[in-house]
Amino acid sequence: MGLLSPDPGLVFWTFITFGLLVFVLGKFAWKPILHAIKVREETIQVSLELAAKAREEVAVLETTRADLINQTKVECDGLIKAAREIKENMLNEAKGKAQEEANKIIANSRLQIEREKNEAIQSLKSQVAILSLDIARKLLEQELETTDKQKAIIDRYLNEVNFN
Amino acid sequence: MNHLLKILFIAILFSFNHYAVAEENAEGHNTAFDPLVMIAHHISDSHEWQVISYTNSHGEPVSISIPLPVIIFYKGQLHGFMSSAFAHGKAIVKKGTTNFKLYHNKIYVTDEEGRIALDEENHPINEQPLDLSITKNVASMWLSIVLILWLFISSARKYTTIPSKPSGKQSFLEPLILFIRDDVAIMQIGKEKADKYLPYLLTLFFFIWINNLIGLVPFFPGASNLTGNISVTLVLSVLTFLITSFSGSKTYWKHILLAPGVPGWVKIFLVPVELVGIFTKPFALMIRLLANITAGHIIILSLFAIVFVMKSYYIAPVSILMGLVMYLLEFLVAALQAYIFTLLTALFIGMAVHEEEH
Amino acid sequence: MEGISLTAVGLGFIVMGAGYGIGRIGQGAMEAMGRQPEISSKIQTAMIIAAALIEGLALFAIVIAFMKG
Repeated sequence: MGLLSPDPGLVFWTFITFGLLVFVLGKFAWKPILHAIKVREETIQVSLELAAKAREEVAVLETTRADLINQTKVECDGLIKAAREIKENMLNEAKGKAQEEANKIIANSRLQIEREKNEAIQSLKSQVAILSLDIARKLLEQELETTDKQKAIIDRYLNEVNFN
Repeated sequence: MNHLLKILFIAILFSFNHYAVAEENAEGHNTAFDPLVMIAHHISDSHEWQVISYTNSHGEPVSISIPLPVIIFYKGQLHGFMSSAFAHGKAIVKKGTTNFKLYHNKIYVTDEEGRIALDEENHPINEQPLDLSITKNVASMWLSIVLILWLFISSARKYTTIPSKPSGKQSFLEPLILFIRDDVAIMQIGKEKADKYLPYLLTLFFFIWINNLIGLVPFFPGASNLTGNISVTLVLSVLTFLITSFSGSKTYWKHILLAPGVPGWVKIFLVPVELVGIFTKPFALMIRLLANITAGHIIILSLFAIVFVMKSYYIAPVSILMGLVMYLLEFLVAALQAYIFTLLTALFIGMAVHEEEH
Repeated sequence: MEGISLTAVGLGFIVMGAGYGIGRIGQGAMEAMGRQPEISSKIQTAMIIAAALIEGLALFAIVIAFMKG
């Protein structure tokens, strides 16, 4: 059967041709193509990794920025709060001082008033005493016009005095 | 796609014409059309490359063919001449003291009158010289080589050191190259060792595939049955066998020759089976490709031969339709057989280089 | 070509057997792929290899048939 008997000529030429084809393609086609594909794959891999890294960095930056903003906000709030406190304090202080001053003044006035009142009372008292004495003297002058009456009073006083 | 179908249709019409003429020729010689002769002529090798044959206005059969160089080596002497010297087997070529004659596309040494002695089975018993001619298959193979070299070397030039997006034929070939690399070589051989065998596997795949496709082109310069020729598949499978055997690891040979972990009496059977297996695997590879491609050619040719056997024009549409379906199937088979040959080669190499970790 | 040769009949049986075997492989592979679509490429490779082995057997028979004529 001719179909199944190899032809030496064709075997020879196939061997030579195919061998050469493997060699030539290996050297001029497969080597550069496979190398380029490998390089490209590695480049893509590296690029993907870089992109992932960049994305991560961006995310980190984003969080840092948010943190910074938050921090600033907090600081701002703190400052405003502090300012408000200072204002309040100052107002309170001023108020307190004014109050104190006022109190002092009031107290002083009160003291003055008291003193003056006392003085007035004192002077009134002395006036009343003088008046009373005058009245008493006048009364006594009237009463003690008789000796009997004088004598009775002296006796009464002497009785009253205790000699012990 | 539409374009492709048109080409295919024209191609089939063309081949239909071709055989129609063949039939008239046969009638002209007053012999009945024999499909077996036509098919055998088509699938076998030849010393000339037929371009077209037709019947001219005078009713004479005309066959235009390209003569191919004949190189023969006989008794330590190398002879070279064009195959037209044989005049389709009618003329005797005299070189020195030896006469050569072409008989059924084989060159024989004859006497002065060019007598071919036949045995009882009609096989010539004349001496045959070592025939190293550039036959139709060799020429067709060189054509495919030129095509492959152009395809891949020009694509390879597009790959510069700067990685870029593939374009043109590069974007068609690259997925195939990657497929062979990843799904055939790396999957079967392993990542570390695949690189060494990749050039062979890639060349094998594209050589078989492109030659299968050239064989499907129904007109000149296609239609050769190169990958369906045993000489070609023999060389390819012998190369696979040699690569497999020479890259066999210690584990591989130990498993074949000693069959470890198997009881003694089983070894007596198993070792010869394994030893035979070394040869049957590439042998099956050789026969598979040959049988698939040749069978495809025979089926398509038979479908067209129906028209001439039935001697009716009405059968032609059926013939053409079935032929078209077979053609589409053969396109699949062309790629599939190249893939299977490459895959099995990779598998055998993978089995051979595999080293057990223990 | 004349009559039915025994070789041809035997060849028919072998092709039937191989066809049945490859059919079973295909069936098994399809079912496996349906069950585990994620490893279908591995199943496909294994399927082709198994089918190729059976095909090899059938091809041997064809070769022997060819040789016997």
